[in-house]
Amino acid sequence: MSPHGNPEAPASSATEINREAPKASPKPQEHTDHAWGLWEVFVRSSRGLSHVHAGSLHAPDAAMALRNARDLYTRRNEGVSIWVVPADAIAASDPDSKGAFFESPQGKDYRHATYYTKSEGVKHL
Amino acid sequence: MSEANASATRITPGNALRPEDIALEVRTGLAKPSEDTAEYALRLGDDALILAQRLGHWISRAPELEEDIALGNIALDQLGHARSLLSYAGGAMVNDDGSAKSEDDLAYFRREHEFRSVQLFEQPNGDFAATIARQFVVSYYQFLLYSRLTESKDATLAAIAAKAVKEVDYHRDHAAQWVLRLAGGTEESRKRMIHGFRIMWPYVEELFRDDDLTGRLAEAGIAVAPSSLKEDFDRLTGEVLTEAGLEVPDVPAAPGGGRQGRHSEHLGYILAEMQVLAREHPGASW
Repeated sequence: MSPHGNPEAPASSATEINREAPKASPKPQEHTDHAWGLWEVFVRSSRGLSHVHAGSLHAPDAAMALRNARDLYTRRNEGVSIWVVPADAIAASDPDSKGAFFESPQGKDYRHATYYTKSEGVKHL
Repeated sequence: MSEANASATRITPGNALRPEDIALEVRTGLAKPSEDTAEYALRLGDDALILAQRLGHWISRAPELEEDIALGNIALDQLGHARSLLSYAGGAMVNDDGSAKSEDDLAYFRREHEFRSVQLFEQPNGDFAATIARQFVVSYYQFLLYSRLTESKDATLAAIAAKAVKEVDYHRDHAAQWVLRLAGGTEESRKRMIHGFRIMWPYVEELFRDDDLTGRLAEAGIAVAPSSLKEDFDRLTGEVLTEAGLEVPDVPAAPGGGRQGRHSEHLGYILAEMQVLAREHPGASW
């Protein structure tokens, strides 16, 4: 079960109110320093075609994450649509394998169209 | 707050009416409320102003950073409504020098008995659940009120309501979400939610009291008769309370009297804090 709870069990939001009762935390969680899970927020601006990562926030569940995202990231008319994703649902590339992951295209100019010379007789390229 | 600082850094989508626009209309005589209408605007403006001041107290104190910002946003929305309504109300009220009263004149230089807010708005924040209980009642009331007020025959009131209703719709959702979570959370959170409703509910009845002023204005199609909102309020709040497994608290109504300037002991302290700077340094700008 993810640390973000689920809408059926909003208890995690309430445990936070009573800070003196840490016993209410049912199981050890990845974000142990925080009762609420971490969510990544993606906002589509009115001019943009796709959702763009805007930042992250804490929320007890998806419904509250959307509302918190609205308050945090669309105060200045930035968005027309919001996605929220539990942060640990995102698999990220390893920053330490940058070389193997991202630097192998270096020197492979032939992967770019500009590498090739225009063939004779092709007029409108 | 003059119109000089109104636009440069602010994106104002659509054609929502800003407080600066209303102040300008009042000063140039484009908008001129009748005495009754001004008194009505003053009532609603005072409600919003006192609530904004109350909610602002949560900033840096909310249970979570995200909730801090949510409550701050709601406070600022309320402050915006207050600015518009007070700017408009001031159009029918004059200072000693003959000028129309500004939003600041009304907010900072009136005394306790001159405030027309109902007593619910000045009730102490209490714990988070008590604030949510107050907010739940307030935002359903304001949502219904502003929804109906968009059809007011007074164009300025209708425009203020049209802008406000979108914001209050969100406040309503925010409060309802929290009522469900607190009531359905732990034993402790449920206990606090129930307690919050018990201490706020005595002040509900006053929201829906008619008087001569609302009678005259409702007749003229300018105001909404408060009593006419009660049925929808009971139904809509009842749906959420039922979903949360809560009951309407069985508590006697408080005497009320805020619309006549009779307030609970709390308002004086709010005003002292809110007004001290403006009174200590008259005319100061910051």
